[in-house]
Amino acid sequence: MAKTALQFQHNGRDVAIFVDGGTNLLVALRELIGDMTPKFGCGQGGCGTCSVLIDGELHLSCLTLAETVAGRSVETLDGIKEGPNLHPLQRAFADNFAAQCGYCTPGMLMAAKALLNRNPQPSRAEVVEAISGNICRCTGYEPIINAVLAAASGGRARA
Amino acid sequence: MTRHRGRGIASVNYPIGMNLGGDPSQALVHSNPSGKFTVALSSIDLGQGMKSVTRQICAETLGVPVEDVYVDTADSDTGPHCMGSFASRGTHRVGNAVMAAAREARGVMMEAAAEELEVNAADLDTDGRGNIHVKGAPHRSISTKDVAIAAQFKQGKTISGRGIFLVPLSDVDPETGEMSPATCYAHACLVAEVEVDDETGEVDMVRMDSAYELGRALNPRLVEQQLVGGAWMGVSHALYETPEPYYPEPVHGPRDFVEYLMPGPGDICPHDIAVLERPAPDGPFGAKGPGEMCANPVLPAVANAIFNAVGVRIDDLPITPEKVLRAIKAQGGARPQPRR
Ligand code: FES
Ligand code: FES
Repeated sequence: MAKTALQFQHNGRDVAIFVDGGTNLLVALRELIGDMTPKFGCGQGGCGTCSVLIDGELHLSCLTLAETVAGRSVETLDGIKEGPNLHPLQRAFADNFAAQCGYCTPGMLMAAKALLNRNPQPSRAEVVEAISGNICRCTGYEPIINAVLAAASGGRARA
Repeated sequence: MTRHRGRGIASVNYPIGMNLGGDPSQALVHSNPSGKFTVALSSIDLGQGMKSVTRQICAETLGVPVEDVYVDTADSDTGPHCMGSFASRGTHRVGNAVMAAAREARGVMMEAAAEELEVNAADLDTDGRGNIHVKGAPHRSISTKDVAIAAQFKQGKTISGRGIFLVPLSDVDPETGEMSPATCYAHACLVAEVEVDDETGEVDMVRMDSAYELGRALNPRLVEQQLVGGAWMGVSHALYETPEPYYPEPVHGPRDFVEYLMPGPGDICPHDIAVLERPAPDGPFGAKGPGEMCANPVLPAVANAIFNAVGVRIDDLPITPEKVLRAIKAQGGARPQPRR
C-alpha cells in the first residue's frame, strides 16, 4: 500500500512521517514518532487512555485516522510539563495519590487539561463528566476527581 | 415505579498471605560506595505501593534517611525469590524479608563504622539523618557515606544483608483436622447503602461506611488510596463485572469495555473509612496490609443491602438489573425489609 506523507505539529514541534492508509494516530504517535505517553488500552474507544488534544480539543487517538491531523496541532502528555517542572495537574495528581498503576493517568490528565482549558473553575459534577470516558482500574476515581479540583483551585489546598 | 433504599452490612476476617505456612519471600540489601542502599526484590509493585513501603521499612531498620534507599524490583530471573504480589502478602511477607536483610546490613555497617571511629560497634547508634555516632557523644560521628567508602575501598567489607521470611508449616492433626491456617489476620466491617429501582432492577450505590483493621498503617496515605480504590473494585464486582454476563458460553462473553462493564466516575458514592491500627506481632513494624480485603466486604454488604431494600436474595454475581428484576417478579413485587 502506498504510504502518505504526513506533517503536523507534535507538542509544538513540526514532525513529518510516512503513514500507511488506515494508520491510526495512536500508532503513529507511539511507533512512528516514539511518543509513548498515549497508551493503548482497548483500541476501540472504550477506555480513554489514548486521549490527546487535537487543536486543543480532546480526542481518542485510537479512533483518529493519522491522516486527519495533517497541518494540525497534536498535544500529548509528553508536552504538558512546563520546562523542567511538572504541570500543575501532574503535581496535583501526585499530591492526591491519583495514580496507582498509572495506566489510565495519561488519558486522565489530558481529559482534565481539556476541561481546565475551557473551564478553569469546574464543579465536581463537571470534573466527573469530563473524565467519564476514561476508565481507571485502581483508584476508584475519587482521588482523581480531587486532584483535578485541587489543580483548578490553583494549587490551594482543599479539604 | 419506586426506588427502595436498603442497608447491608458485612464483616471480614482476612488471613494475610497464603495459608498453611511456607509462602516465602527473600530480599537483599546492599550499600553502594555513595552510602546509598539498594533493596533487591522480585516482588512486583502493581501500583499498590510496595516499593514505597519496603523503602520505608529498609530505611527505618538501617537507621538512614528514606531518600538514601532505592528499591529495585527488577526481575524475577535475577532478583531474590518471591512468591509474588497477591493474597495481600506484600507488606507482611516481603516487608519482613526486607527488615531481616536490612538488620544484617546494619550490623555490617555498624562494624565498619566502629572500625573507623575506633570504638565498639555496640556503643554506636544511627541518627536517621545519615550519620552514625557514639551513644551519648553525638560529636563523635561519621556519615554513612564515609562508612560506605571506607568499607568499600579500605576495609574490603560488603555492607549488605540477606533476608527471608518463611511462615512455619502448619501441621494438621490427623485425628481432628485441626491446624493454624494463618498467623496474621486483618479485619474489616462495611455498611453499604443502596437504592433499588423496582421497575428497572437497577442498583445505585448511595454510600459506604467502613472500618478496616490492618495492623500498623506504615504509610497511611497509601493505605487510604488502596481502601478507596479497592472498595470501588468491590462495587464493580458486586454489580457490574463479569467475563460471561448472561450465558455460560464464553463465546457470548464481553469483547470490549462496552460489554465488559465497570462503573465510571459518575457511579461512585461517598465512602467514609476508619482505619484501626492493631499492630501484628509478626508483622514488620506491626503491619498486616490492606490488599484484597479492600474489596472483599463490599460484595456481601451490597447483596445484603439489596435484600434489605426489596427483599430479594441474589447469590450470583454480579447482581445485574436483570437478576434483580426477575427475582422481584418471582416473589410478586418488592418486599422492603425493616430498616436497621
Ligand atoms: S485505547 Fe483509545 S479508548 Fe482505549
Ligand atoms: S491508576 Fe491504574 S488504571 Fe488508573
